[in-house]
Amino acid sequence: MDDGRTSLSRRDVLIASAGTATIMAADAAPAAAAAPSRMKDSDMGPVRIEVNGQPHTLDLDTRTTLLDALREHLQLTGTKKGCDHGQCGACTVLLDGRRVNSCLTFVVMLDGAKVTTIEGLGTPQRMHPLQAAFVAHDGYQCGYCTPGQICSAAGMLDELQRGVPSHVTADLSARPLLSAEELRERMSGNLCRCGAYANIADAITSVGVNGGAA
Amino acid sequence: MKAFTYERARSPAEAADAVARRPDAKFIAGGTNLIDLMKLQIEAPAHLVDVNALGLDRIEPVASSEGGGLRVGALVRNTDLAADARVRKDYAVLSRALLSGASAQLRNRATTAGNLLQRTRCPYFYDTQQPCNKRQPGSGCSAVGGVTRSLAVIGASTACIATHPSDMAVAMRVLDAQVETVQPDGHTRRIPIADFHRLPGDTPHVENALAQGELVTSVWLPPPVGGEQVYRKVRDRASYAFALVSVAAIRQRDGSARVAFGGVAPRPWRVEAAEAQLAKGVHTFFGQAFAGAAPQHDNAFKLQLAERLLGDVLHPARS
Repeated sequence: MDDGRTSLSRRDVLIASAGTATIMAADAAPAAAAAPSRMKDSDMGPVRIEVNGQPHTLDLDTRTTLLDALREHLQLTGTKKGCDHGQCGACTVLLDGRRVNSCLTFVVMLDGAKVTTIEGLGTPQRMHPLQAAFVAHDGYQCGYCTPGQICSAAGMLDELQRGVPSHVTADLSARPLLSAEELRERMSGNLCRCGAYANIADAITSVGVNGGAA
Repeated sequence: MKAFTYERARSPAEAADAVARRPDAKFIAGGTNLIDLMKLQIEAPAHLVDVNALGLDRIEPVASSEGGGLRVGALVRNTDLAADARVRKDYAVLSRALLSGASAQLRNRATTAGNLLQRTRCPYFYDTQQPCNKRQPGSGCSAVGGVTRSLAVIGASTACIATHPSDMAVAMRVLDAQVETVQPDGHTRRIPIADFHRLPGDTPHVENALAQGELVTSVWLPPPVGGEQVYRKVRDRASYAFALVSVAAIRQRDGSARVAFGGVAPRPWRVEAAEAQLAKGVHTFFGQAFAGAAPQHDNAFKLQLAERLLGDVLHPARS
């Protein structure tokens, strides 16, 4: 595994060369504290948002989706753009703890929100149990859908723990359990065009069962 | 995407006023349908009024002196409405319908009012290269005579044969829900769900009873009617697909039932007068509920499918 210290990855080069003028870490920009809480007739909207525990103030075109803000302005390219229409789930992140399609929300609407992306779930040194399980179970082929699958699975296991029912839950009054049928239904918003579903399901199941969600 | 200005509304009346003053303005809540359509430039609002901070995100019981039942805030997310203990117990058809729709990610974001107001998924509405009377009034309907497998078999017109895509609304139709709104002048009103969605006629771009700027604040569910509540949906995939045909039913012990269909019409399709015919059998009921059906060349199967689906819902085969 790349230890990330001695070698300069392709990603680091892309990050170093990307324009960062439009973003400011909040601690480096005290003026950001003056961002108005209400915007009127402005096509630029300053927004304070916490991503993976880091506060940011973004002042972007109102058309910027959360997905594009993450990838193009915060250099968090782990979140992938697949269809850009909410159909594939590759862009799934946790927004205030709940899984959402980051392509279908404008970042200007997210003032005060907390976002967790695949980079925030775990690191190569300290992987989230789902990340470790995807490695252990070979839960991918090309890997493009994987960040979305893992973020979605994290949200899904939390929903299960909170007792949120699904289309296949037989008894709406009972607490749902992580069966194979429940897992497939609950993960239907994440497509894998390689068709690695069997191993994806095994990886998530291992965490769902061992993690105590089931 | 076309550029737009943005504001965050602080009260329902302020939001309604902000949209009423600009014909090119729209409300935005979950955004799951609107943003998709904005990317395709099917929707191109020049101004968005964000209603997410209006506090309309609670599900509250209504005092029996005021009619009882539950008031569902317009901003309650689909996931939260489906998972609410009172809804699961007393309005199970609504939980079931919500859970059969979209994906978990979308349900986490999509709101109650937004679900009612979502646009059709007619492929010709989505194809901006083709005429469509909903997108461009008077330009014609490309669907009539086109690929019609997913489209309406009843309630449509020569100007439009699109279906309403919501599952939630079909359940609300058998629950006799009412849509509560605030108008730009601050007045409020209740619109029975039966009158909320319009049939297309000559003006398919007018899809509901709301005036420009009128804001949905909540949906009122009348006191529970009990019974066995079922939502059954037939679609091309086992999950995450729109209905070809769906049935919402509330069946009572005495054999009476309320029945509404999704996927067949420009709005949830319920014919109360036909429900009295259920004692004479599903076929008799169906003949009355679907009198005047006008299927296209490749969606006639929906009529047979809907009747069989209802038969299975009301009289399931014993194993």
